[in-house]
Amino acid sequence: MKLAAFWRLSEQPPPHTRFTIPALSNTSSADRRTAVSVFVSSSQLRNKKMGKGLRSGRQIASLSPPNKRVSGKDVAKGKTRPNAAAPATPRANAARAKGANNTRDSQNRNLAKSMSITEKKVSKLQTKKESSESQEEDEAMVERKYNEGSKEGESGSDESGSNDEEEEVAKRTVVSSAKPTPKKSNIASTTANKKKQDYSEEEEIEDGDEDDSDDESEDKNEKVSLAPLKRKTEEEESSAADSVEDEGSDEESSDEESSGDSDEKDMGFTDENANWLKPKKATKMSLMSSDDDEQGDNIDDDEFDAAAESSDDDDDGMLEVERQSRIIDEEMELEREEAEQELRRTIAQQTSVFHLPTPEELENDENRVVPPSELRARIEDVLEVLADFNARREPGRSRSEYIERLGNDMAELFGYLQELVDYFLSMFGPNECLEFLEASEKSRPLVVRVNTLKARRKDLAAALMKRGVRLDPLAPWSKVGLKIYESTVPIGATPEYLAGQYMLQSAASMCPVMALGPQPGDRVLDMSAAPGGKTSYISQLMRNKGVIIANDLKAERQKATVANLHRLGVRNVVTCCYDGRKIGLQMRNSFDRILLDAPCSGLGVISRDPSVKVQRTMPEVLRCAHLQKELLVAAIDALNHKSKKGGGYMVYSTCSVAVAENEEVVNYLLSKRDVKLVDTGLDFGKPGFTRFEHKRFHPSVALTRRFYPHVHNMDGFFVAKIQKLSDKRKGEDVQKEHQSEMATDQVIKDDRVKVEASNKRKQEGRKKNQKNNKRGYSSNIDDNDNDDSCEKATLIRKKFKISHAPNNVQLQSSGQKKKRINAKISKPRRMKITEM
Amino acid sequence: MRPLTEEETKTLFQKLAEYMGKSVERLINRSDERHCFRLIKDRVYYVSESVMKASTSINKDNLLHCGTCLGKFTKSGKFRLHITALDYLAQYSKYKVWLKQSAEMSFLYGNNVMKSGLARITEDTPQYAGVVVYNLADIPLGFGVAAQTTDACKELAPTANVVLHQADVGEFLRGLEDDMF
Repeated sequence: MKLAAFWRLSEQPPPHTRFTIPALSNTSSADRRTAVSVFVSSSQLRNKKMGKGLRSGRQIASLSPPNKRVSGKDVAKGKTRPNAAAPATPRANAARAKGANNTRDSQNRNLAKSMSITEKKVSKLQTKKESSESQEEDEAMVERKYNEGSKEGESGSDESGSNDEEEEVAKRTVVSSAKPTPKKSNIASTTANKKKQDYSEEEEIEDGDEDDSDDESEDKNEKVSLAPLKRKTEEEESSAADSVEDEGSDEESSDEESSGDSDEKDMGFTDENANWLKPKKATKMSLMSSDDDEQGDNIDDDEFDAAAESSDDDDDGMLEVERQSRIIDEEMELEREEAEQELRRTIAQQTSVFHLPTPEELENDENRVVPPSELRARIEDVLEVLADFNARREPGRSRSEYIERLGNDMAELFGYLQELVDYFLSMFGPNECLEFLEASEKSRPLVVRVNTLKARRKDLAAALMKRGVRLDPLAPWSKVGLKIYESTVPIGATPEYLAGQYMLQSAASMCPVMALGPQPGDRVLDMSAAPGGKTSYISQLMRNKGVIIANDLKAERQKATVANLHRLGVRNVVTCCYDGRKIGLQMRNSFDRILLDAPCSGLGVISRDPSVKVQRTMPEVLRCAHLQKELLVAAIDALNHKSKKGGGYMVYSTCSVAVAENEEVVNYLLSKRDVKLVDTGLDFGKPGFTRFEHKRFHPSVALTRRFYPHVHNMDGFFVAKIQKLSDKRKGEDVQKEHQSEMATDQVIKDDRVKVEASNKRKQEGRKKNQKNNKRGYSSNIDDNDNDDSCEKATLIRKKFKISHAPNNVQLQSSGQKKKRINAKISKPRRMKITEM
Repeated sequence: MRPLTEEETKTLFQKLAEYMGKSVERLINRSDERHCFRLIKDRVYYVSESVMKASTSINKDNLLHCGTCLGKFTKSGKFRLHITALDYLAQYSKYKVWLKQSAEMSFLYGNNVMKSGLARITEDTPQYAGVVVYNLADIPLGFGVAAQTTDACKELAPTANVVLHQADVGEFLRGLEDDMF
């Protein structure tokens, strides 16, 4: 059936003369091609006149996706390709990016830009292969354009849509699109001239690159693919030149003529829409003929002759159209492969290598205040280089130089001490470090904890919302948290707050208490309790039953604790102010659970206190770590591993992200005491590090949990749950441990006596002191007005003395250990033993 | 920490009875656990037995508080109730006063309650009886002394005081913390 007739029947505008009937060939590609050309032409005309049978973009869109009317023959020949609607080759993307906008202005602009280049490239016009490939490329591009058009659907929105996409795509594949786009597009894009400029610049660069590629490129692949790509480039250039020039020229008349001619020549049918339809191939042919008369014509003739010949030969099985489509398909395959190669090459080559400023270059900057935008840009450049270091590095510069520069820039941009940023960089990778620093600039959302001793979360939420507060439940893992978005009233001053129905507490601070899991009736110690947020949470979990000892070093801060506890209606707390390191000695084995929220450097809560950025130095961090180790060991000593209530657990937590204060401290404990790490129950945190720099930690450290502001939107936090297995101390004489155990067993339940006994043990070895002990000792018991306990203590002391006389030697050595703590004891004359 | 002497105990109970009446004995004879009163540096604390025992192991120099602070004895031997006792007072109080929304904030700032701010008052409140002040949502705001009997209140001018302020929860924000121990 005649093509024309077919098209009339199907009510579609005729395709480009070169393209085949959809029904008879590999449908997908053919359909696309036909539709695309239609689309292309129609959009062109939209700007000029409405042609007969013209379809709007919308109608064209409906042509897609083409139905898979694949004929059996095609399947047999293996021609059914997956309906890859939009192969994401750079050329395709570029073509899409360029869009289907065909304003004359843009075309002229294109022309102007590329004229300078095209003249150069015109001279490189070549062989039959090239021309055919360029045709193929055109087709491919047209095909892509169709798909783009179909995606976008609307003619009106096409331009804008394609612009957006263009920009997106341009960003994505700015490199790769450089080469193919300007040359390929015979349908110029209307996008910003800048893009054109970029592309033309890149063309030039690329030309240069091609020349110097051997020098610069270290990538073997590039070299290998260089040759064919080079040739490819030239083809593209030529075709681009052609296309560009084509745009500039008076398309219609020449097009129509040529199309008419080629129509007649090729297909043996007349195309009634040939007037307005611009066949690309024909154009190319005519262009080439105009530039390089002989060659172009020859090429054209050759190709078509070949086609004609082949058609003559294989007349039996296939129609000419099928043959044509097969040729086109093969060409497209080839083009696709080349596009892949080109993509790889251009990405590697086209990205201008970021030049890392050397310290010498930066000397000039020392006095200049570098603007943050520049710092940020440099940071991002370095990050990009580090992401694919081998490919993107500047040759001769080491990775550490980049990291150093990154650290310097980040420290300057965010206002940190250099050593802190370097520490963060060593803990997080470069990208995550930037995220962490950025997150530490912003504040975390305000969170409130409902006091279940006095109110229910539902009721409180309702009451607050009535006051004009917008809030939400905090998270699935918390039943008492509320996140406050905004509030008309001050959250810390509502009558509900004053009545003790809730407490301002950050989400991260709730985690250690949840991990601890205190039960009603437990004896709990909170070693760093001020200002009482966690203590009150423990109490509400214990329903005001049991006992909590809330300790803190500073009595001033404990005032706030006491006030908060009263306000929240907590009744089972005893507040004291001891040095936590000494609690271990005083109250041995007397707690079921212990919470140690250790004083730390605060590197995780920088968003709350930005002064940390400049005040905390690494020595301070290490000092904190030392204190934390002491506290932790003392806490373990105070823990009762034989607790009948299923206790013997303690939780160690800090509001810092530094490894020195977290995993290292826990690891130290594992080496000093008979403990083991257990699961915290906080699955939403990140596991702790098991290794850091040159250090290696025990594998169970992975059970600890870390929280980050940039991941969880909580303060930087660390939680570790530890179970005490026995009183044994690692790395010490077994006898000593036995001794200490016996000592504790001897003591009666009265805690006062325990204290005395421990003091006693210190003096055991010195017989001289024993006489004086009574006197000196009793003066120290004056804590309690009860005289009975005094006598009790003396009795026990006597007992103790008798039973342990033979073990003097060992006790002496254990006493020596105590000597370190209290130097006064070692001197025989001294009677007074200061307890704490 | 020491238990109260006889005299101190009497003074304390007298004060509490102003607010709770006979319910004072309910403080001592509780159903769940025995509680006791202890004195730490002139402040009276109401603690359960177990908590009290735990606190005995702590040096007097280091012990700051235990249980709930009810108030403190002044130098002249009088007992002054603190806002921290509000929970217990509110639990057992005989005479209550409810405030309107408008008067709520004023009371929380430490002012006396005017008749215009009065929403409800329990019947038969004797003059100068201890009353606990609530807001309309039944949240205890503090306590005070009734300036007039209930009947007399009806004939008062709107600007006259009906409740003389003694303590309110706003004190938690107004620097009560310095007075904790």
